[in-house]
Amino acid sequence: MKTKLLIEIAITMLRARLKQTLVAALGVTFGITMFIALLSFMNGLNELLDGLVLNRTPHVRLYNEIEPNKNQAVYLSEDYKHNYNFISSIKAGNSRQAIYNSNRIVKNLEQDPRVLGISRKVATQVFFNDGAVDIAGFMNGIEVAQEIRFYKFSDYVTDGNPMDIKNLSNSIILGKPLAHKLLANLGDVIQITTVEGERFPLKVVGFYESGLADFDKTQSFAAITTVQKILGESDSYVTDIQVKLLDLKQAPAVAKEYASIFETNAEDIQTANAQFETGTRIRNIISYAVGITLLIVAGFGIYNILNMMIYEKMDTIAILKATGFAGSDVKRIFIFISLSIGFFGCLVGLICGNGLTRIINHIPFHPTAIPTIKTFPVSYNPLFYVIAIFFSFLTTYFAGWFPAQKASKVDPVIIIRGK
Amino acid sequence: MSVILQTTDICKNFHDPVTVEILHNISFTVQKGEFVSIMGKSGCGKSTLLYILSTMDTDYTGQLIIDGESMENRKEKELARIRNKKIGFVFQFHYLLNEFTVLKNVMLPALRLGEFSEAEIVDKAMKKLDILGIKELAEKKANQLSGGQKQRVAIARSLINDPIIIMGDEPTGNLDKKNSQIVFDTFSQLSKEFQQTLLIVTHDPAFAEGTQRIIEMEDGKIVKQ
Repeated sequence: MKTKLLIEIAITMLRARLKQTLVAALGVTFGITMFIALLSFMNGLNELLDGLVLNRTPHVRLYNEIEPNKNQAVYLSEDYKHNYNFISSIKAGNSRQAIYNSNRIVKNLEQDPRVLGISRKVATQVFFNDGAVDIAGFMNGIEVAQEIRFYKFSDYVTDGNPMDIKNLSNSIILGKPLAHKLLANLGDVIQITTVEGERFPLKVVGFYESGLADFDKTQSFAAITTVQKILGESDSYVTDIQVKLLDLKQAPAVAKEYASIFETNAEDIQTANAQFETGTRIRNIISYAVGITLLIVAGFGIYNILNMMIYEKMDTIAILKATGFAGSDVKRIFIFISLSIGFFGCLVGLICGNGLTRIINHIPFHPTAIPTIKTFPVSYNPLFYVIAIFFSFLTTYFAGWFPAQKASKVDPVIIIRGK
Repeated sequence: MSVILQTTDICKNFHDPVTVEILHNISFTVQKGEFVSIMGKSGCGKSTLLYILSTMDTDYTGQLIIDGESMENRKEKELARIRNKKIGFVFQFHYLLNEFTVLKNVMLPALRLGEFSEAEIVDKAMKKLDILGIKELAEKKANQLSGGQKQRVAIARSLINDPIIIMGDEPTGNLDKKNSQIVFDTFSQLSKEFQQTLLIVTHDPAFAEGTQRIIEMEDGKIVKQ
C-alpha cells in the first residue's frame, strides 16, 4: 500500500518532467549501448587473436630437446659427491630429436581419462629447391584427421583438400607465401632436399595460411608417413606428441607429470603462450574502463536532473512532509525515480547494444592473413549484459542516492514560510 | 473536557548571527472542541509557534504535549506519523499537488497512513469534499481551481484522517473578502457541527472576532488569552 503510493507519486513526478527524464534515460541508454558494443567487439577480436594461437597449440607438447645430459658422470661418482664440480664445454650428447619409445607413450596417453586427443608429429628441416636456389623451411609430418579434429587444420588450408596429403602419396601442402616464392600451383610437383641430402619430388595439393605471414613463409605439411619415408625412418619415429586435454587449466600440472613419467620434455600451453594472455587482459581492462566511464558519466546526468527536479518540487516535498510523509519516504520516492530512469535506459540500451553488435558483425572485414573471417568478429557473451545491468543499477542508485538524501533533509518549515 | 494540546514554557531562539529570542515562555492549553485563534502583528512569533506545535519545527526548549503524549525526543519518523494521524494543517498557500486530481490530493495523507483500504479512503474523501461543498470538483486537476476552491480542498485534505486538531497558518491571508468568509464559515461549521478542535493563526481581526477564544501575542510572549 505504502510502496504503491510512493511509486505512484514518483511516476507522477517523472511524467511532469518527461523531457528531462527522457534525456537522462538517453544518457544511460547511450552508456549501456556503447558498453555492450565495445565489449562485444573487443572480445570478438580477442577471441579471434587468441584463437589464432590457441586453436593451433596443443595443451601439452611432448618433445625431445637437444640439451646436455643433466646427470653428468662426475655427479654419480662417490669420490666427488661432496665437492663442487665444475665442468667446462659440455656438449649435448643425444643427437636424436625423436621421442624414445613413442608408441608406448601414445598407448599410455590413450588410457589417460584427462586426455581428449593425441596426435603425433614429425617436424624436420628441409630445403625447397627453386631452380638454383634452395629455400630453407620446415616440413611437418602430421596425422591429418586428428589435426583437423583437434586443431582446426582445415580452417587454414585455403586451397585444396587437406585430406589429400593422406590419400595421395608423396603430396604436400605449402604455406601460401612459400608457394608464391616457388611459383608452385596446385597439382605442380616441387623438389625438396633433406638435411641428409636426399632429393624428393612432392606434389602440391593445397595451400596453407595461418594468419602469421612470417610463419607461413617457411612451413609445409605432409602426412606423417610421407615425412618418415623421406627421412628413412620407421613409423615409430616421432618428434612431437601433441596432447589436447579436456580441461585446459590442468595443462601445467599434466605437463609436469608427463615430463617425469616419460622422461622427455613437456611444454604446456600457458608457458608457451604467456604473452597472449597478457594482451587479452590489457584489452579487456581498457574496454571495461571505457564502458564503465560512460556509465558513470550517465550517472552524473541523472544526478543533475534529479537535483533540478528537487529544486522544482521543493513545494511538493514540503507538503508531503507536512502531511505526514517521513524523510525516508521522500528518499524512497527519489531513489525510485532514479532507478526507473536507470531501468528503462538500461533496457533500451541492452537492445540497442545488441543491435549495434549485430551491425558490427555484418561489416565486411577481409584480413588477408585470416581467410576464414569475412566480417568483423564479435562475441555475444551474456556476461557483458549482466555486467551492464549491474553497473547501470549501481550508478543510477548512487546518482539518485545523493539528491534523495538532500530531498529527505528538506525542512518543510523553511519552504512553507518562505512563501 | 479533555486537553488536546498543552505547552509549558516553550522558548525558541535564533542564533544566527546573534542570539535573538523569538518565543519566550509560551504556556497555554487547548481543550477539545475549542475554536482558538492566535493574533498578533507580523514578526511576533505566532507562525513560529504554530510550526513548533505542528511538530515540524523541533528546535525549541520547553514541553509540548499533544493528546496526552509528550513530543520530546521523538524520532523524525514518529513525528511524521503523529502529523499524519493527529494534526491537520492548512497553510496560507494551498500547496496542492498540481499533477494530481482534487480527490487524489485529499486522499494522499490517508493513503500514507494506510489504515483503510483505497475504496474506503475514496469514500471518506468524497464525504469530506461534500461537507465543504466542492464534491463536484473531485475529478478536476488542482491547477484548474480558483483560489477559494483550492483552499477548501486544502481544508478537506487536512480533515481526511479525522485529526484531533486542525492548525491553520493564515488560511485566509491570500484570499479576497468573499472567499475569506467562505473559509471562515467552513471552520465555524466544522467547530459547531463536528466539534472539531481548531487553532488558527491570523492577523485578520474580523476572523479572530468570530472564534471562541483569542490568544494575543506580542514580541514572542502571550499578552492576553
